[in-house]
Amino acid sequence: MSDAALRLTDVACLRGGRMLFRGVSLTLGPGESALLTGPNGVGKSSLLRLCAGLLPAFAGTVDRRGGIALTDERLALDMDLPLATALAFWAQLDRAGPEAVSAALDALALPRLADVPVRMLSTGQRKRAMLARVIASNTPIWLLDEPGNGLDSASTDLLGAAVATHLATGGIVVAASHQPLPMTTPLTLALADYLPDAMEDSP
Amino acid sequence: MRLLWLLARRDLAQAWASGGLWLPVAFLLLVASLYPFAVGPDAALLARTGGGMLWIAALLASLLPVDRLIAPDRDAGILDQIALRGIGEEMVVLARLIAHWLGFGPPLLIATLPAAALLKLDGGTIWMLELGLLVGTPALAALGLLVATLTAGLRSSGALAGLLALPLAVPLLIFGAGTLGDGSGAALKFLAAASLLLVALTPFAGGAAIRAGRE
Repeated sequence: MSDAALRLTDVACLRGGRMLFRGVSLTLGPGESALLTGPNGVGKSSLLRLCAGLLPAFAGTVDRRGGIALTDERLALDMDLPLATALAFWAQLDRAGPEAVSAALDALALPRLADVPVRMLSTGQRKRAMLARVIASNTPIWLLDEPGNGLDSASTDLLGAAVATHLATGGIVVAASHQPLPMTTPLTLALADYLPDAMEDSP
Repeated sequence: MRLLWLLARRDLAQAWASGGLWLPVAFLLLVASLYPFAVGPDAALLARTGGGMLWIAALLASLLPVDRLIAPDRDAGILDQIALRGIGEEMVVLARLIAHWLGFGPPLLIATLPAAALLKLDGGTIWMLELGLLVGTPALAALGLLVATLTAGLRSSGALAGLLALPLAVPLLIFGAGTLGDGSGAALKFLAAASLLLVALTPFAGGAAIRAGRE
């Protein structure tokens, strides 16, 4: 896990014919984290999808070394299955054993919900289940979109602990949030500073 | 191989849990039981036209599950999560094709037996119908899956899927229904060729459609 890297060079993002941001550069090595901030619609989620390789960069390059785990607004767990079974599907795809799932459930105080169908979980519990999926994936690069939304203070502490553990073992974390997150000394990237010039934007 | 098995097993379990597997079977039996009411109980007429009618019913039945093949997983972010793991969309579509055929083909073949009895088909026709459907259902499954990948994310995708699939299904219908009155076996060979083509094409075309539809 120690040779993970994420490097963005002069990245620009075009969505729906509109330039969201441009000239974004970011280099993260093992144990480093970044926090994306900015108002709604500035392109935080798009930047995370760019980092994940789900969106092509309009300009610039994205280099990744190491596997990626992403949380966004979608749960990506089968609603009718018990939580532990739904997580186990992803763990199997990641070639992680059942102990990875139980460790992830432990880390987010979810073991009591392991047998509960995913559709019965509350908003905060779903958010924690999503984070458990990320932890169980055993990948070095975590991309977290608004990970603190809907979490109570105890769960926010669990999130902070999980992120700290991940960074301590040489992982990389990029989080997008418009609220303070329990992360120590992240590199802060205010996306509003990378808006394209208004001159070029006008027709 | 392990990946393919994991993906196909999940798809099949999802289809089973959603209860969608019964839909094509119920549809086929419903059509077979309504048909005599519409054309009258003349046994000779039913036996002569019933085989072709069942082919149309099988084709339409294959369109019923289209809106739950791709769109729900796309909206739930599951396709994105699979892509993050470096698994190609072609693999996803291939696994889904296997799972979709397993959940659609064999039940339809079994349902054809009581349906054929309702239409007073003779033994030879039933045999050709089953053989033709065995060869043709993979193509019907592939076609349904293909239009599902193309229309995922669009509004009223179900209706659009029907419009897209039906012209493409015309050769299948011609060769499929053609096997019933054809002693030479040529129609069956054409059906097999069309089926092979669709099955081979779908993972690539469907994978490209999923990638293009990602936003």
